[in-house]
This record gives sequence, C-alpha cells and structure tokens, in this order.
Amino acid sequence: MIAADLLVAQNVGFGIISLLMIVAALRVVTVKNVVHAALWLVIVLSGAAAQYLLLSAEFVAITQILVYVGAVMVLFLFGTMLTRARIGAESDLNNKNWALGIPVALLMLGVMSYVIIDGFGSERLIENPGDMTQVPVQVISDDIFGPYLLPFWALSFVLLVAVIGAIVLARKD
Amino acid sequence: MLTTQFLLLGAVLFCIGVYGVLARKNAVMVLMSIELILNSVNINLLAFSVRHGSVDGNTFALYIIAIAAAEVGVGLALVLLIYRNRRTIALDDLSEMKG
Repeated sequence: MIAADLLVAQNVGFGIISLLMIVAALRVVTVKNVVHAALWLVIVLSGAAAQYLLLSAEFVAITQILVYVGAVMVLFLFGTMLTRARIGAESDLNNKNWALGIPVALLMLGVMSYVIIDGFGSERLIENPGDMTQVPVQVISDDIFGPYLLPFWALSFVLLVAVIGAIVLARKD
Repeated sequence: MLTTQFLLLGAVLFCIGVYGVLARKNAVMVLMSIELILNSVNINLLAFSVRHGSVDGNTFALYIIAIAAAEVGVGLALVLLIYRNRRTIALDDLSEMKG
C-alpha cells in the first residue's frame, strides 16, 4: 500500500483523510441521532472532496463542496426537522434484522477487495507523478458539451422532472 | 500513489453505505447511506480518470453529483409525503404492498 519512493506527502495525506472518512462513515451508519449522522456525513463528503483534490480534479472537488456540503446537507437537515418532532437520541433507528447487514457488507467488501488487489496489485496510478496536472475546467466543459452532450440534455431533463416532482409531491392540497 | 488505495477506499465506503441501507429503518438515514454509496463511486471514477489520462471520469463524476442532488430532492419529498400521511418514516411500517 505504501509507495515510499514517490509522493510521500500525498500518501500521508491520503492515509489521514481516508482514515477520517472511514471513521466518519461508520459513525453515520451507527450513530443514534439523525442530526449527528448528518454532521458526520459532512465530514465524509468533505473528505471525498479532499480526495478529489489529491486526484487532481479540482473542479469536481469544488462542485462536491457546493452541491453536497452546501445544498444536499441543508436538504437533509430540513428533512430531519420536518419529519421528526423529537430532537435527541433515538433508540429505534435500526431494523429488527439490522445484524444481517454486517455479513452482507463484509462479504461484499471481501469480494471487492480480492478483485481489486488481484486486478491492480501495486500498479501505480500514474507512471510519472510529475505528469499529474490539474484538469482545466475548459477541458471538462469541452468534454461535456462535445461527446457527452446528449447525457447532459438528459440530465437537465432529469433535474427539471425532479424539481417538478418534488414540488408536486410535497405540496399541500 | 497506487490505483489500489483509491479503489479500496471506494470499496470500503460502498460497503459501509450498503450496510446503512440494509440496517437503517429511518428513511432519512437510508438516503444518507445512499449518498455514501454514490460518493464511493465518484472516487473510483476520478481514480480511473487519472489512471487513463482521460477527462471523461471528471465528466461522469459531475453527472453523478447532479443525479444525486435530484435523487435527494425527490427522496426527501417522498419522505415528507409519507410522514404527512402516516406520522412516521419507519420503513418497516410501510407494508401495505406485502402479499
């Protein structure tokens, strides 16, 4: 796991951030308070943005902060406040069969780890780390509005439908 | 940096999210777990974007972020509707369709 000969600072940063993300993600799925879970989720999403920066995708990282930490988290907190009268710890957040999730998740993790390690092993992400440059936004927009224009149209239609659908569903009539 | 470390981080986050979807009863918590899953997929996409020296992974990651925002909007509207009709968002109680 440790590529000692290259990019030591990046590897240390990756380790710290990913440890933080995993601990926070475990707290999201185990904590007994919905608001606390939302705040732990903020740490996971910010850590993901930091990983995107390590992967030299600064535009995606900024979009992640704006959309997830800004907008989606506000939606979650609104949803929590509008659907629950009580604030504080709750004892019945889990299913009665919640323990079945542990072997399922561990089995999936085992299979996926085996496949990933078998498939990629100690392959480097990029042969020459000096070549790793930030992706300019212009290149991304050329990609979006060039070969991927049709998915972009479909995506804008999905967003329109989602806005209309959310209003129709949540409207009091 | 190795390809494996990013893919393994994505796998761990994905499995934690799957556990959350399976174990949680509160609908808002299930939506949060789905966000964990979508984020792990984004990490994989960006790792492969660097590995192949292509910008397509960034494009797909942006599309997934937009889709996730739409999904959370509709999902929370559904949760609000369920809460308004039944005064609870426990997913175990929604069993009318059970045969």
